[in-house]
Amino acid sequence: MSDAAATGSAGDLGRRAMPAVLGLGSFIVFLLVVEILIRVGLINRYIVPLPSQIAGAFERIIVEEDIIGRFQLTFSEALRAGVMITVVGILAGIFLYRFDLWRRATETWIAALASAPTVLMYPLFLVIFGRSAWTIIMMGFVAGLPPVILKTIEGLAGTRRVLINVGRSFNLTPTQQFTKILLPAALPTIFVGIRLGLIFTLINVVGIEYLINFGGLGQLITDLAERYDQPALYATICFVIAVSVCFFIITEWIERWLTPVE
Amino acid sequence: MADAGRVIAASPPRGWADPVLRLRVAIVLFVLVAWETIAWSATVWPNFLYRDVIPSWLAIGKGVATLLANPEYYWHLGVTASEIGTGLVIGGLPGIVVGILLGSNRTLAKAYEPYLYYLGPTPKIIFFPIMIMWFGVGPGSKVAMGAISCFFPIALSAAAGMRQIDKVLIRVGKSFRANTWQMATKIYLPAMRLPVVNGVRLGLGVAIIGTLLAETRLSNRGVGFLIQQAYSLFDMPRMYAMLIVLFVLAIGANALVGRIGRFDAIQQR
Repeated sequence: MSDAAATGSAGDLGRRAMPAVLGLGSFIVFLLVVEILIRVGLINRYIVPLPSQIAGAFERIIVEEDIIGRFQLTFSEALRAGVMITVVGILAGIFLYRFDLWRRATETWIAALASAPTVLMYPLFLVIFGRSAWTIIMMGFVAGLPPVILKTIEGLAGTRRVLINVGRSFNLTPTQQFTKILLPAALPTIFVGIRLGLIFTLINVVGIEYLINFGGLGQLITDLAERYDQPALYATICFVIAVSVCFFIITEWIERWLTPVE
Repeated sequence: MADAGRVIAASPPRGWADPVLRLRVAIVLFVLVAWETIAWSATVWPNFLYRDVIPSWLAIGKGVATLLANPEYYWHLGVTASEIGTGLVIGGLPGIVVGILLGSNRTLAKAYEPYLYYLGPTPKIIFFPIMIMWFGVGPGSKVAMGAISCFFPIALSAAAGMRQIDKVLIRVGKSFRANTWQMATKIYLPAMRLPVVNGVRLGLGVAIIGTLLAETRLSNRGVGFLIQQAYSLFDMPRMYAMLIVLFVLAIGANALVGRIGRFDAIQQR
């Protein structure tokens, strides 16, 4: 009986792991096919480097190009912009929640700003802040701010009436009502806004680093492209993608942890 | 007596009686006056920090008028619009096909959708050096940037839309022994129009950004190139004018696609 159960659970595990194996397996097969096509000369190796060369370039970008130091630089820029969007966004959201007239007057403008291609203003920011880290940080700030404001308003406005009434029945002061009832109830939604804001911030920070050839990972991509070091260029792009994916997975995990179970 | 029991709904204030409108006008006026004051201060104090960076509204207005009266601008606008449009078609059509495949097969969705989901928000501009190698420094690399930018939101929206289709509709199609092409054109696509339109809307926004950023990085034509040129020449009124016109066009294009979606919704009722 226990053998049957063990066999059943192993089969169940196999069925559940099958899609992940399929996904990873097809990626490996794709890399092998590209490797073969390059080796037989069907793909120009000066345009697309061998996947084995790209794998070998990882050590080089870590040792010679100081990718960890550059990652720390990009991370510190994204972190500074992230702290700014969190502080300013939440305060602005609280202000707009408290003053309904201001909210009704400006909420559509903030939503329009969220969908506007603000990243195209980077030449303007270059003029104002110069070719410095502040241009990158401020671009990240402008891009990431609207979702934090909008989600803070949504979270505070969406607090269940019964929770507010409980606070009133305990004769809580407005400050206590805010810190003990409104803020904890709105926290999961606010974090959704912070997560979205951080994603926009990270995209803009790396993008602007590449465009103005300044800073960490983005600048390394420009450097390697100008040096025509194709394997290292592809390896760096893979590294940036890996960093982005890790970042999204971690923030998603925190978001799920904060969201109350229904 | 009957009147006493009737609830009279208060109509919302209109025109100048509306406090929201008055506050909006006040905010706009405040920004305009503050901007003009800074621009004026810069002319009075030559060592002012933002001298030349903040031109007067008059100079920006003249910049917009000059820009709109210049036929060369429309040629560059046409180049950018064609790059964005081509990128949207090249990235959008495979996006819809991939979305239908992932949305219709649970195993495929579990195997490949996480890759799309996590690759979607990565900064696409980092692929530009590769696109230059593959498609050259001309419009091809900009079209490619537009295509890879819009592929992900369209594919994910189409996959989500596919999963929302009423199972009855699919069973009806199968009971009529519709082949794959007929199922796609007669059942799937009409039923998932709204999510696809929303995906195209998102895709258009990121395709505009991807294409224009690529133009600002390396190009000799297009609106992105003009913005970069204005920056290089430090022609601030022209740069502001181009950004204003560009924002209006981008928001207008987004609203137009959204309106198509709403038109669909009305027709479906």
